[in-house]
Amino acid sequence: MSGFDMKVWFVILTLGIGTYLIRWSFLGVIGKRPVPEWAARALRYTAVAVLPAIAAPLVVWPAATGGQPDPVRLSAAAVALATGIITRNVLLAIVAGMVTLFGMLYLWA
Amino acid sequence: MTFPESPPAVTPEADPVLTPDERRVLARSPAECLRHGVIQSLPFLLVLVPFGLLFGVLAAESGLDLAQVLGFSVLVLAGASQFTAVQLLNDHAPVVIILLSALAVNLRMAMYSASLVPWLGGASPCQRGLLAYLLIDQSYALSIQQFEKHPRLRVDQRLAYFFGTALCSCIPWVIASAVGFRLGRAIPESWALDFALPITFIAMVAPMLRTPAHLAAAAVSIIATLGFSTLPSGLGILLAAPLAMATGALVERRMERIAARGLE
Repeated sequence: MSGFDMKVWFVILTLGIGTYLIRWSFLGVIGKRPVPEWAARALRYTAVAVLPAIAAPLVVWPAATGGQPDPVRLSAAAVALATGIITRNVLLAIVAGMVTLFGMLYLWA
Repeated sequence: MTFPESPPAVTPEADPVLTPDERRVLARSPAECLRHGVIQSLPFLLVLVPFGLLFGVLAAESGLDLAQVLGFSVLVLAGASQFTAVQLLNDHAPVVIILLSALAVNLRMAMYSASLVPWLGGASPCQRGLLAYLLIDQSYALSIQQFEKHPRLRVDQRLAYFFGTALCSCIPWVIASAVGFRLGRAIPESWALDFALPITFIAMVAPMLRTPAHLAAAAVSIIATLGFSTLPSGLGILLAAPLAMATGALVERRMERIAARGLE
């Protein structure tokens, strides 16, 4: 088994156990004790805090263009964002973004 | 699967006026509740299946094998964190950073777990252990909606409904990621699928941007991660995420204070 394979399996197992413990937390041990207010407040923002942090560098400095900002990819990201905000529909936003990306790549090339 | 009988959550005397629709829902057997859960989660497959396919495709492109793709989808069973982990594995980020980032994505599930306690806390430890494993965005969102709409359902009916939604989400997720892996090897690089991940994440976040606090958190997240981009891979995310979470919490509290003052 290569070093990369070992690393992948270590990530899978540890992430699997950690994620299970997060899901099990209140149902399993904490029971009827209420979540502290500050924790509930912070937890509400995990998704909007983490996902943009991962996506933003990939949008601004895409690996496919060697890290150069690219009008096609910036436009696709903007269309996905606008569609998602307006329609509140995840799938529609993905489709709109990818159609913009493929459409502009096709016209550009 | 059998579900133990449990007493009604609310005594019938407390509110004897039931609409025919409520009576019909409350009269369902656990097997019927399970079927109902399966049927109500079918529309979600429109999002879940393409998302699972995409995970398989990206994992294949990142050099994972089929066993690893299935390992992720069966053992982790959490879409956004699987994407995060694969993206960071692809970037050769250190293991600690991969784990912390992917676990941070899943922290919201602690909220799910807490909010189900009043509804399903009465289930046996074994059942709670199983439902924790199956607690994903879809099964949670559908179940909590159903429980709040029909608060008089018994625990066994609630459990059956939850397992129905979970079955209809988790099994297709695993199958879709395996199919995506097969497809991924056939898709040429010119398809620009590298950009599917950021598009997907943007599409997931955009509908959440419905309050000033959510907007502020997302804005800080983006500014911080771009500002920290010179740091080793993945570290910027780890610094940006807590900053953004704190921003969201602070803005929310500020807005509540302003709203409270407005009422005085």
